[in-house]
Amino acid sequence: MAPSTLYDEIQELASRYPQPRSAVMPALRLAQERHGWLPPDAFREVGEALDLTPAYCKAVASFYDMFHLEPVGRHMIEVCTNISCALVGAQQVLEAFESELGVEAGETTEDGEFTLRTIECAGGCGYGTVVSVDHRYREPVRPEDVSGIVEELRDGAE
Amino acid sequence: MALSKEAQTKLLFANAEGRDLTKLAEYQNIGGYKSLKKALKMKREALLDELLTADVRGRGGAGFPMGRKASFLPKSEESVKPIYLVSNADESEPGTFKDREIIARLPHMYIEGCAIAARVIGANTAFIYIRGEYLTEFEILRDALEEAREAELVGPNVLGSGWDLTIVVHRGAGAYICGEETALLESLEGKRGQPRSKPPFPAISGVYASPTLINNVETLATVPKIIEIGGAEYAKLGVENSRGTRIFSLSGNVVNGGNYEVELGTNLRELVYDIGGGIPEGRELKAIIPGGSSVPVLTADEVDTALDFDAMAARGTMLGSGAVIVMDDRCCMVQLGLRVAQFYMHESCGKCTPCREGTRWMVSILRKIEEGDASQGELDLLLSVCDRILGNCLCPLGDAAAMPVASYVAKFRDEYQRHIDEGGCPFRGESTLDRVMAPVDQHHARIRAEIEVPA
Repeated sequence: MAPSTLYDEIQELASRYPQPRSAVMPALRLAQERHGWLPPDAFREVGEALDLTPAYCKAVASFYDMFHLEPVGRHMIEVCTNISCALVGAQQVLEAFESELGVEAGETTEDGEFTLRTIECAGGCGYGTVVSVDHRYREPVRPEDVSGIVEELRDGAE
Repeated sequence: MALSKEAQTKLLFANAEGRDLTKLAEYQNIGGYKSLKKALKMKREALLDELLTADVRGRGGAGFPMGRKASFLPKSEESVKPIYLVSNADESEPGTFKDREIIARLPHMYIEGCAIAARVIGANTAFIYIRGEYLTEFEILRDALEEAREAELVGPNVLGSGWDLTIVVHRGAGAYICGEETALLESLEGKRGQPRSKPPFPAISGVYASPTLINNVETLATVPKIIEIGGAEYAKLGVENSRGTRIFSLSGNVVNGGNYEVELGTNLRELVYDIGGGIPEGRELKAIIPGGSSVPVLTADEVDTALDFDAMAARGTMLGSGAVIVMDDRCCMVQLGLRVAQFYMHESCGKCTPCREGTRWMVSILRKIEEGDASQGELDLLLSVCDRILGNCLCPLGDAAAMPVASYVAKFRDEYQRHIDEGGCPFRGESTLDRVMAPVDQHHARIRAEIEVPA
């Protein structure tokens, strides 16, 4: 039988490890997929499934960049601005997204569709600028590619 | 271009061109998993001997000899605790993207390497800690593992040998520090990824306080080749103290960025100019970071240096993770220092004071220098802060900020001095790294906005 509830899915994750606490990160990822971010409820759910306190779960989540402690847009656009990408024009790519979306880095559009942020080295340095769109890398991205990417996401959003 | 192919000695990527080696059948067509079969018939001591003879050094950054590391673990039959293999696939040193390509193109070679290494130390469980951002690579690895399980290459009773091997893929969630081995173990145990005090070393007390061997992706992907051709044959490649081939990640202001597998000891000039195609748009080479952003920089005059551990040490730098970042004459070295310091400030876990506070001070002083607001004394203060970080923390993250920045000041002192003397950046907004928005700046901007605009 396929597990259905978050609680059951977390139990299944925990069974893969010698100690169930190891499942806290994959469990938080599952909870985030359900809620879109990690609201206080998510920490209660994960904590209950793994016999940890919600505070412990939040402490772990707050350490890692990919866990969101506040709501984010339906689409996540992340521009790498570490050295290799910056040397080949990452700032110009970022600014193109800022003007296309009407938000600054670190912000979410008012309609809740897009969050734009800069990230540290994504590991595509030879093909910069690397942009992660909903966790899939686009590389290389140039400023002139930006409007097409946003348009594609808007079209797919209907 | 013809030369670039000839110049490469391919070991891992031999026969990879034009083949989909993510598929088990294709990998087996080129001899895949034969080394595992061979290893299962060999005694563990004999396997370890091959690794020791090969003299293969870790490809993650520290360059510790793999065979020796494996030899530090207690014998599995004498250990009261289970023994674990952990593979560090948390590649995140700026400039490095080779492990990603190995997983994406050679997942079975990597799995085979994990299996042989687990066999060497007598482990029944291996964990692969892959960085969270590598979603596509995670999926490729997961599918390859599933194929390997179905073919009984991993799982219970591997190839009828009576030996069980479970491989668990654990995804990170965005933290550079988890590439540090003890932080990785903490994270794998479901904690914040903060480094542990050593000793005890992981070989004695690693994950779940059990003996643990931790190896980088490229290191493990090399193991099947070593077993196939033999340690002695492998050691004929490369130069003394730097055996075999390495995959260098070439990036920055270079025509052909990408990963290139070459024999260790190859000249850096050859990598940048013959293989990499040189500097685009006819610009001048200014500086090269030879081993990821944490290592000291080389000037254009030092480009004739062999890509091996000793030659780099003689230049006062390191081969590190094999990430070669090329900068042309438009790059401001103060902005480079600032961006590097911002990265390490962002990634500092906060456990040790010199790193947590020192990286913040570095960023603050470097910003003042860049903006032309720094006094002469503050340049000395910057070096003093670097000096107080060095060697004073549990893990090398603080050093990884202090070493490169101190090297930029040492080798480009005139440029730093001009910022102070001229009251601003001499590039006047024309540097390639001008105004680059780092994640630390972005977070600060958001917090300020929240304070200034009450609900």
